[in-house]
Amino acid sequence: MTHSGGYGADPRIHWLEWLPWLAAIVCFFLVPEYLSLGARILIYILFALSLDLILGYAGIITLGHSAFFGLGAYVAGILGAHVGITDPLLQMAIAALAAAILGIATGAVILRTRGLTLLMLTLAITSVCLEIANKATTITGGADGLSGVVVAPVFGQFRFDLFGKTAFVYCLVMLFIGWWLVRRLIYSPFGATLTGIRENTARMHAVGAPVYWRLVSVYTLSATIAGTAGALLTQTNQFVGLNVLGFEPSGELLVMLILGGVGRLYGAFVGPIVYLIAQDFLAKQWPEYWYFGIGVLLVVIVMFARGGLLGIVDLVVAKVQGKRP
Amino acid sequence: MSTVLETRALCKTFGALTVAANIDFRLEAGARHALIGPNGAGKTTFVNMLTGWLPASSRRVLLEGGDVTSLSQSARVKRGLGRTFQINTLFRDLSVLDNVARGVAERRGIAGRMWRPASSYGEIRDESLDLLATLGLADDARQRVVDLPYGKQRLVEIAIALGLKPKVLLLDEPAAGVPSVDAERILQVLGTLPADIAILIIEHDMDLVFRFAQRITVLVQGEVLMEGTPSEIAADRRVHQVYLGEQRHA
Repeated sequence: MTHSGGYGADPRIHWLEWLPWLAAIVCFFLVPEYLSLGARILIYILFALSLDLILGYAGIITLGHSAFFGLGAYVAGILGAHVGITDPLLQMAIAALAAAILGIATGAVILRTRGLTLLMLTLAITSVCLEIANKATTITGGADGLSGVVVAPVFGQFRFDLFGKTAFVYCLVMLFIGWWLVRRLIYSPFGATLTGIRENTARMHAVGAPVYWRLVSVYTLSATIAGTAGALLTQTNQFVGLNVLGFEPSGELLVMLILGGVGRLYGAFVGPIVYLIAQDFLAKQWPEYWYFGIGVLLVVIVMFARGGLLGIVDLVVAKVQGKRP
Repeated sequence: MSTVLETRALCKTFGALTVAANIDFRLEAGARHALIGPNGAGKTTFVNMLTGWLPASSRRVLLEGGDVTSLSQSARVKRGLGRTFQINTLFRDLSVLDNVARGVAERRGIAGRMWRPASSYGEIRDESLDLLATLGLADDARQRVVDLPYGKQRLVEIAIALGLKPKVLLLDEPAAGVPSVDAERILQVLGTLPADIAILIIEHDMDLVFRFAQRITVLVQGEVLMEGTPSEIAADRRVHQVYLGEQRHA
């Protein structure tokens, strides 16, 4: 279940990898009442995929990934509410570009550092973004959020409906494109370099890899994907709140990825599904204590399954086959 | 012979502690040169400064006459400076082939490509396998590095460095911690390396040093004590005193 490139890796898509897509299509027809939740899950999978690219594959630790997600969300929202750009694909392209610019600008500075310093700098960046969004009330709506975001029908045909049908399909297509690009990247020589940097930075320096520039490159790509996910959230909700920025969404995303399994590609799929469904279920059962349930789940995973839920699957499969995981 | 690597009055200090003091050193093309000295003499620090792993506090490192003092490690590697590490610095969970291929891909300028799968670059795989075959590691190509005996892991270190086709190869204690049989194997491998590569070896195994090196530099407390042929070094009283701990004329 671990997807890691390299010069001896088989890049062909295994039949099991089609299962999530098949499941999504089945869900579209079988549980139409949950399509809004489904769209939200798809957006968070894309967001988690962007985090997995830098954390799981390149080893860049961050608590500030929501900066790109939030920027993408606000740019799409501002375009739809104030500028008059309502085409969803154009909104998304501009939002992704804005996130990419923030990614390269901040990455060029913070990726010169490592460890705790890096972690704190990423947190500082998203905190600054949060404060800007909070104070610039005329543009962002501040604490009240940005409402009145106008999003035109996709391709002029498919209007975003109350039941989330268009949103679900739209998000599914965007996620598929994101997944395909990330998967391709992981199996490329660039992807092999990233895992090399994660595993042994000293060695990568010693083979002549421009480690810093590779990290800045992947950080920017990841920021672009996160910005796209943010734009999707705005377009499907037609509203942006401050909760897309700051520590909380970054931490939440990290928890999702840890639950699913870091550096496994499909951990980014499993984590948000488990987290958001658990959140939905627990919030209905115990509205005041739902975080407790998520906390217990996280503690159990961290203590007993360091590879996340997919790590457990790996262990079971290895046990059955009598192999080393 | 022309000089491929040169340092001029190279210094390194950590606060008040001087670990390299005015080191003048020259490595000729195709040389087989050893750097010896007691523990703490500054040998690895010197190599780290040559490769850019540690910035020198002052003065210069010249590679083929060009000043590389301010260049990054990767830029120095691209100019032909390869190294191995005193302690294995490998991708332990990757295959031997994948370890070597990462270096080969970097040298060929393929490692930054994002589109085609890495495994579709047959030339990288073929070159890596050929290299492993020359070091007697062909049968281990698909093995994870962590599953190899330590002696073979040391050979993988050398294989990665050779995959960079260096003009200068710095070997930091290649036989450290390996059984004598494996040390002999490493010596054999070193003996088969292309003659045009200048090799600087740091080693505590004096038998290996004296069999391999044509010239030896002795470093003591960050300073060059002397340089000469193996027989000159073996005959020098100061070397015996400070390095071997013997009083020849007691």
